[in-house]
Amino acid sequence: MWSMSKTETPLYEQLGMTHEEYQRLLEILDREPSHAELAMYSVMWSEHCSYKSSKKHLGRFPTEAPFVVVGPGENAGVIDIGDGWLAAIRIESHNHPSYVEPFEGAATGVGGILRDVFTMGARPVGLWNQIRFGPLDDAYNRYLLSGVVSGIAGYGNAVGVPTLGGELAFEECYSGNPLVNVMCLGILKREQLVLGTAGTPGTMAVLLGNATGRDGIGGASVLASASFDEESTTKRPSVQAGDPFEEKKLIEACLELYQKDLVVGVQDLGAAGLSCAFSEPAGRAGVGLDVDLDSVHVREPDMTPAELLMSESQERMMAFVHPSKVDEVIAIAHKWEIDASVVGEVKEGGTLTIRHEGEIVAEVSAASLSDDAPLYDRTSGEPAWIEDIWTNTMSLLQPPNLSEALLMLLDDPSLADPRWVYQQYDHQLFLSTVVEPGHDASMLRIKGTQKGLSVSTDGNGRHCYLDPRRGGARLVYESALNVAMTGAKPMAVVDNLNFGNPEKSDVMWQFIETVEGISQACEELGTAVVGGNVSFYNETDGQDIYPTPIVGMLGLADPMPERPPRLDGAAEGMELLMVGPRRSRNLAGSAFEKVMYSHVGGRPDDPDPVMARAVIGMAIELASSGLAPAMHDISEGGAALCAAELAIASSVGLTLQFTKWEGLFAENPNRFLAAVAPEDVAAVEALAVKYRVPVSQLGLFGGDHITYTNGGPETASLSLERATHTYEKAIPRRME
Amino acid sequence: MKTAVVVFPGTNCEHDVMWALKVLGAEAELVWHRETDLSEFDGVILPGGFAHGDHLRTGAIARFSPVMDEVIRMAKEGKPVLGICNGFQILCEAGLLPGALLQNRDLKFICKPIHVAITATDSILTRAAEVGQILSIPLNSYEGNYQAQEDVSDRVVAVYCDENGLVDESTNPNGSQGNAAAVSNATGNVAGIMPHPERAIEAILGSSDGQILLKSFQESLGVVHV
Amino acid sequence: MKVTVYVRRRPEIADPQGTAVSRALADLGYGQAKVRINKEIVLEMPDASRDEVEAKVTEMCEVLLANPVMDDFEIRIDG
Repeated sequence: MWSMSKTETPLYEQLGMTHEEYQRLLEILDREPSHAELAMYSVMWSEHCSYKSSKKHLGRFPTEAPFVVVGPGENAGVIDIGDGWLAAIRIESHNHPSYVEPFEGAATGVGGILRDVFTMGARPVGLWNQIRFGPLDDAYNRYLLSGVVSGIAGYGNAVGVPTLGGELAFEECYSGNPLVNVMCLGILKREQLVLGTAGTPGTMAVLLGNATGRDGIGGASVLASASFDEESTTKRPSVQAGDPFEEKKLIEACLELYQKDLVVGVQDLGAAGLSCAFSEPAGRAGVGLDVDLDSVHVREPDMTPAELLMSESQERMMAFVHPSKVDEVIAIAHKWEIDASVVGEVKEGGTLTIRHEGEIVAEVSAASLSDDAPLYDRTSGEPAWIEDIWTNTMSLLQPPNLSEALLMLLDDPSLADPRWVYQQYDHQLFLSTVVEPGHDASMLRIKGTQKGLSVSTDGNGRHCYLDPRRGGARLVYESALNVAMTGAKPMAVVDNLNFGNPEKSDVMWQFIETVEGISQACEELGTAVVGGNVSFYNETDGQDIYPTPIVGMLGLADPMPERPPRLDGAAEGMELLMVGPRRSRNLAGSAFEKVMYSHVGGRPDDPDPVMARAVIGMAIELASSGLAPAMHDISEGGAALCAAELAIASSVGLTLQFTKWEGLFAENPNRFLAAVAPEDVAAVEALAVKYRVPVSQLGLFGGDHITYTNGGPETASLSLERATHTYEKAIPRRME
Repeated sequence: MKTAVVVFPGTNCEHDVMWALKVLGAEAELVWHRETDLSEFDGVILPGGFAHGDHLRTGAIARFSPVMDEVIRMAKEGKPVLGICNGFQILCEAGLLPGALLQNRDLKFICKPIHVAITATDSILTRAAEVGQILSIPLNSYEGNYQAQEDVSDRVVAVYCDENGLVDESTNPNGSQGNAAAVSNATGNVAGIMPHPERAIEAILGSSDGQILLKSFQESLGVVHV
Repeated sequence: MKVTVYVRRRPEIADPQGTAVSRALADLGYGQAKVRINKEIVLEMPDASRDEVEAKVTEMCEVLLANPVMDDFEIRIDG
């Protein structure tokens, strides 16, 4: 049996629990836990599963709106998009596994997020990913980029869900801490909605999908082995192998179960495996559960109860089924060639009783595993260094060489053409992609309706580092404007909060400020946060990443514009208009300062919510009107880069007039560009008056050069060919 | 006239093929891979996806699915049999088409619009088109590199090219021998195509050039090819 | 000197390929058989002492040919 000498670390500590947490557990149980119980509590109370460092603050998010059907707390957020249709959306991170094994780390991230969505009764119809690495001149970062993209492609393409967009960025702080976030959208009719509930006493728990093995526990299971060498497997991060083929069969089987109304509730198995799949549904329903671990279909013989409960084997779902329907459920599973086993029965009371080889190996309150998780109020405090950062603005003695600046922006992998990435993803499956990757937001049609769902995901570590509150708010406004570019009204937000070590007060301050910024902006726009994820401990050698929240925005266009604007919609003779505040000069956190001078400093401006609402409103109407065949919001790289992107995508040159060169590179929010035929300019200006937003004529499309001029010596001029070549080759030339 | 659209475990383009056929006014039904009687159908399409997870070799396990006996029978009887992408791979593994599909030359999955030029119109896939006609249809595959040991020059019905019809290495997305994008058997009733015509049926999604290829298939139903 | 390296997924890690092939064999009437699919890498190394070659190939495995998080490896030297 288990024995401990004074020099060996206690079992609970090896499982990741602190001494204080263990004491808490002793108080709750009023006795020592069994191995199986300790295993369950250790996974359920991990940061990833319990959100113990963040939960206190996540309550700040505005989560209610008339269209919210399911808010945070279930497996995915669900909103009402009209006419009996619902949309489910979820975002997750798989940062640490992807550093160790990029292909499988990313692949299993995709598998997990899909399950979160189809567990709600929805068919997954789109995937997005937001990936960040250290600079590409480092071979290991190239290896990570390559592996992660292959992993996402390998899983997403094979499982048969299109990948519709995402984000790619490179910063030194992500070397050693790559970020791999994944988001999934599903659609369903209201009657198909299923929650993660165990139902009423008598309901049977049926485990579907892959056999359970020792995935995630390590070769020598902590609890099976009595000896530990230096390289304890518990110190090695665990990675599993994903099987998209199994997942595809699981999706089809589950959807058939929902369609035939055969399940009472469904819970997907993620990080805490069976521990979560037994306890959460029972806890939610306020019932107990009798479990027989011997019934679990397994891949390896002789697994201990703790191993079974901790296993992270992929592609598994738990269905809660009325006893009269169990045979039919199993028949459908077998038809789709997936395994199924009846592993438990719901009972009165609230106790989770787990049996193995005839013995009770665990008996705890089902709700306790989640409800009694510690809730930390970690210290936070405005860092001493923040004021220094705000005053650390750059000033140049003379204007930069504008042509060189533009070229360097076009060549920067964080800003350049990401086709190298997204052309590895199937983005067409289901024949619903109306606006494909490469534009500001992707738009899906819902066949049989006039509806279009638009999604954008946005992040900016630099802005959030310089001011987490303003940075967080700006992301919400930016992603709202992105979906407006396709004529959609922003509705729901999911957020993935990637931060450093929460035991540092600086990092907690960044976290709390970010949550506040996102919340304020959502309140201003009337968008609701329907879900999210927190990833802490993204730090290496004491160095934390930039606070990197990702905001995913879902918008609805009903009806969809007949011809949604695209980046490649500009043509010779069209005018380039800018909508939104003029005289944006603040370069704090800009790509320009980073790329040209390796400078990150100053303080980004506070976004203006009144202007945001007006500009977004105008963008939606303009996009739907057909007056602007090309629209593009101004974000990283400023107007200089965004105007060049329009020219490059449309294969037409551009001449743009500016007054102060800073205005070319400033990244102030709530601004967008539009290409408009001369005869339509008056109508666009009238629209701007209606919404009370400034509109400026910046230039004219035509010729074969991209020229930015203020009539003086400060001029940028690049041939369209050179600009295009640089932009398109920036990533491929570094990767090949 | 009715077409069977076969679904293997792991197939994922079947609904798109059904949608495309519906848009073209054709009658079709989904058929599970364990089905052993296709006598009510006049033609069969094997759609794209990852039948049996592409494990071992793409199409290697699918070619033994029970339904394939019927597919082979229909091919021998001169009925139209079309394989798209993964379907093309399965037909090659089953010996109904010459050659094999290997990993893309650049070892990455490719999803992008490409152009093909029609080189022969004596197949169920291309009879309604014209030699030299250039079509824009999407390519979406990891193992799209067509290679054959025997001489297949008279079996190729479409080749990769650019929008002006240039056929050479620079317009070859995946390394396929001779830029081959689609091939047929000797009697022209079995055809395989790597890019996806069903993804190019509606202009709102980018291109409707795929219509002519699926219409060719439609027009071939009821016509015996020997 | 010919060296054969066998790279095998660690036993506790799932092998979807093996599972799919196992099912297919059963479907084809060959009965139940557990299947794991591994890699065999054959290297032609310039002549040197067995020890030198083994040390070099071991390093190659640790750095590139195998991923220690997912794989075990075995080296067999010919002759």
